[in-house]
Amino acid sequence: ASLHATPNPDFRVDEPLTSEQDITSYNNFYEFGTGKTDPMDYAGKMRTRPWAVVVEGEVMRPRTFDIDDLLKLAPMQERIYRLRCVEAWSMVIPWIGYSLSELLNQVQPTSRAKYVAFITAEQADVMPGVRRGILDWPYVEGLRMDEAMHPLAMLVFGLYGKVLPNQNGAPLRLAVPWKYGFKSGKSIVRIRLTADMPLTSWVKAASSEYGFYANVNPEVPHPRWSQATERRIGAGFFAPRADTIKFNGYGEQVASLYQGMDLVKHF
Amino acid sequence: MASRWRRFTRAWILSSTSSSVPARHAAWTARRVARFKPPLFLLCLYPLARWFWLGFSGGLGANPPEFLIRSSGVWGLVALLLTLAVTPLRRMLRQPALVGLRRMLGLFAFFYTCLHLAAWALWERGLSPAAMWDDVIERTFVTVGMLAFVPMLALAFTSTRGWMRRLGRGWQMLHCSIYIIAALSVWHFWLVRAGKNDFLEPYAYMAVLAALLLFRLGYRVLRQHATP
Repeated sequence: ASLHATPNPDFRVDEPLTSEQDITSYNNFYEFGTGKTDPMDYAGKMRTRPWAVVVEGEVMRPRTFDIDDLLKLAPMQERIYRLRCVEAWSMVIPWIGYSLSELLNQVQPTSRAKYVAFITAEQADVMPGVRRGILDWPYVEGLRMDEAMHPLAMLVFGLYGKVLPNQNGAPLRLAVPWKYGFKSGKSIVRIRLTADMPLTSWVKAASSEYGFYANVNPEVPHPRWSQATERRIGAGFFAPRADTIKFNGYGEQVASLYQGMDLVKHF
Repeated sequence: MASRWRRFTRAWILSSTSSSVPARHAAWTARRVARFKPPLFLLCLYPLARWFWLGFSGGLGANPPEFLIRSSGVWGLVALLLTLAVTPLRRMLRQPALVGLRRMLGLFAFFYTCLHLAAWALWERGLSPAAMWDDVIERTFVTVGMLAFVPMLALAFTSTRGWMRRLGRGWQMLHCSIYIIAALSVWHFWLVRAGKNDFLEPYAYMAVLAALLLFRLGYRVLRQHATP
């Protein structure tokens, strides 16, 4: 189904878009398996209606939003973001949605709210990866409050002018373009504002390899591979790897969030 | 029950010495086994043919370099395990001449491992020797992979009849390093998947390798105890 949106020129990169075919057939969505094509092959059975998102925790007005309300909460924008996966590949994607802050402002975070946890769907009967274990389900990701309120942090409902395909995290997901892709939870069902840093799924599974911040950073290698360069999906067989840019090229907008922080320690 | 099971396992592993097997079995000659070589050769080319087929039909997915790096590694490991399966197969079928197929399988393991290495060098390290060396010393899984590859070079180089003759008893000893190569290869695969928490495939290969090694161990132990 198509999803109407107005292009937002403030949020775009002038790089060739990754093809819709590649964006929708090469995914990490471990609920459906660890293979890159597993999400495309198995996500079709995920139930995306009815869908509600509970927003709770350190908020003045906790609320459950129906997906249809969220689709109307703010004007839909098309933003062209880079996506850099922790596995050292990248894409350029025309997402549709609006800033996450639009939703968070609705529930009035309290002064105690320092972090936001995103909890995603767990439908064991249609998710082979959930039945196999792999991670401690449901998948939990999180941001610091100021990161979540940053205009770049985006609640996504569609891509390429269409409603999100299931494998990309229907009916709504996050896009946090200066962080590695795994920070952007898919198929979100619960958003919890907390005073303490949430224990996220990948930190729980391998804290030496995946940090809470997970900012794109060529200077901090993953224990098992370098993060200095990346392979742009769709670039072809003989295209050289591209240099990875700190904060995935969004440093001008977000570097100030991390002033005085040791990003090697807080990776 | 237990003793029956023991007897059964024993007969299976030591099939050549078991009296319960009828003696009408005839051993194949080396010439007969050599006739399996051309079809086996073609079969071993299947992964290569498949890559070309997938490449031309757009079937390598969104990240063809990644696909080829992984696929070549997996096929290298498969060929290595097939090489190690020759001896158990010879003993179980009581066809010692099957050893004639072993060199080809071993060289195919070497061939696919070379492609795996070339794919890594080209697509991961941009063919830069400095970048390759950094990867080898900085990352355990690359170090382990490389440690598996180096003795493989020696085995491939000395795989000819001439080297067999020249090295004599040493040849057998040198080629025992295939056990180390196989263990390092499975470890390398396990390390690749570690941290991604997805061990299903590494465990499967580990189990096959363990079975192949246990067969040898069982054979040795039982033969020592077998009454002549």
